[in-house]
Amino acid sequence: MPLIEITDVRKRFGDNEVLKGIDLDVKPGEVIAIIGKSGSGKSTLLRCINGLEIIDGGSISVAGSQLLPDEVHLKALRLKVGMIFQQFNLFPHLTAGGNVILSQTVVKKTPKREAEAMARKMLERVGLAEKFDAYPDELSGGQQQRVAIARALAMEPIALLCDEVTSALDPELVAEVLAVVRELAAEGMTLLMVTHEMKFARDVCSRVVFMHQGRVHEIGPPEDVFAKPKTPELKQFLGVQ
Amino acid sequence: MMEFSTWDILRNLLLATRWTIVLSLVSFLGGGIVGALLLFLRIGGNRISTAFTRYYVELFQGTPLLMQLFLAFFGLGLFGINVPAWLAAGIALVLWTAAFLAEIWRGCVEAVARGQWEASASLGMGYVQQMRYVILPQALKVAIPPTVGFSVQVVKGTALTSIIGFVELSKAGTVVTNATFQPFTVYGLVALIYFALCWPLSKSSQALERKLNAAHRNH
Ligand SMILES: Nc1ncnc2c1ncn2[C@@H]1O[C@H](COP(=O)(O)OP(=O)(O)OP(=O)(O)O)[C@@H](O)[C@H]1O
Ligand SMILES: [Mg+2]
Repeated sequence: MPLIEITDVRKRFGDNEVLKGIDLDVKPGEVIAIIGKSGSGKSTLLRCINGLEIIDGGSISVAGSQLLPDEVHLKALRLKVGMIFQQFNLFPHLTAGGNVILSQTVVKKTPKREAEAMARKMLERVGLAEKFDAYPDELSGGQQQRVAIARALAMEPIALLCDEVTSALDPELVAEVLAVVRELAAEGMTLLMVTHEMKFARDVCSRVVFMHQGRVHEIGPPEDVFAKPKTPELKQFLGVQ
Repeated sequence: MMEFSTWDILRNLLLATRWTIVLSLVSFLGGGIVGALLLFLRIGGNRISTAFTRYYVELFQGTPLLMQLFLAFFGLGLFGINVPAWLAAGIALVLWTAAFLAEIWRGCVEAVARGQWEASASLGMGYVQQMRYVILPQALKVAIPPTVGFSVQVVKGTALTSIIGFVELSKAGTVVTNATFQPFTVYGLVALIYFALCWPLSKSSQALERKLNAAHRNH
């Protein structure tokens, strides 16, 4: 049974239909890369799965429960699916530890002590155990993004959505974040990631989705998508003749 | 005719200054509470409450404080309600302050990056939790300097209440002038007292702003 079932999802902003019927099933433990031109709707798709955008048609369900736009359903969904943003979006007024603790205590009502233990464990997992007391503005971009990953992991999601998590980073900081993502994938986390890191997608992903003009234009294992693109649009996107 | 020493003048003015201070505090605190209510109606409420607060703010920002004082003082009188000057002054200043503070604070809440709302939502927080733990702590920090800065306007605003007969510093100045025929000395002293009240406020607003900028290095 698929973990995430996306069926005929449509989303429009005014007259601009951005998602024109997306179908995608994600099995537990799958790592899916979403690639495509700017404006093809990649971010919008992820944001719909997390309920940050309300869909206009179709359905999305995660682990059997339907995504509905009311606070109770949204909260239930967001406890299952974490999201990592391009701009990290750490809470600047809290330390790294505080960032990881907050939603545990506030949303899950985890006792402070347990939440702190979990925060230490997750920060260690992303290699930042010693940065527990550092504020976001004392961390590099790569470190901030790793804290953001620890923050999402502390909620114990069954899947993670990653929207260009390395695009805002200086080139020398990309590797440290990708290493963490690679590890998550190896541990069996279900990942849905929009990325421009083609080599990474090729190495780590089980399937690659090529989006074009609001549709899933081509989908398949990375060997096929990268080596044997079928459509002219994908060929052009990959820069092969 | 009786002679007034400068000390006599100053003593009378300082006694009246108490009322300027009390009225400023009442306006600022009352305005802060009403302003916070308006803020929540504006950003958290439905369409009706949003529209209401928008018109409220526009009304009070778009008319002179003096007219608001007249309306509070004479307007209620038309309905047979006899309003003492101190009450009319208090009501008008509280409502006026509330409009400005609500608007200042709304700007501060909106200055918090959209990503903060999205990140906290994606972690499962509801609206109240987002506000309480993520948005307001950041907004409050930005809000402190302009809020303290606005308190200067409140202190100066209280001077207008002399026109409806509330005896605070400015009114006392007029009264003392009429008794002493020394307008320059009297109003000079009045101005000095206002300055002594306002200057520390605007200085601390500037200092807070500098401190905040220094503490908030960019990523
Ligand atoms: N909140 C919004 N309001 C209006 N239009 C929007 C909004 N968000 C996205 N769009 C539009 O939807 C389209 C798809 O945007 P989206 O961000 O999903 O693209 P993307 O594939 O993630 O592109 P990129 O690679 O540049 O991140 C764009 O045309 C964009 O202008
Ligand atoms: Mg995008």
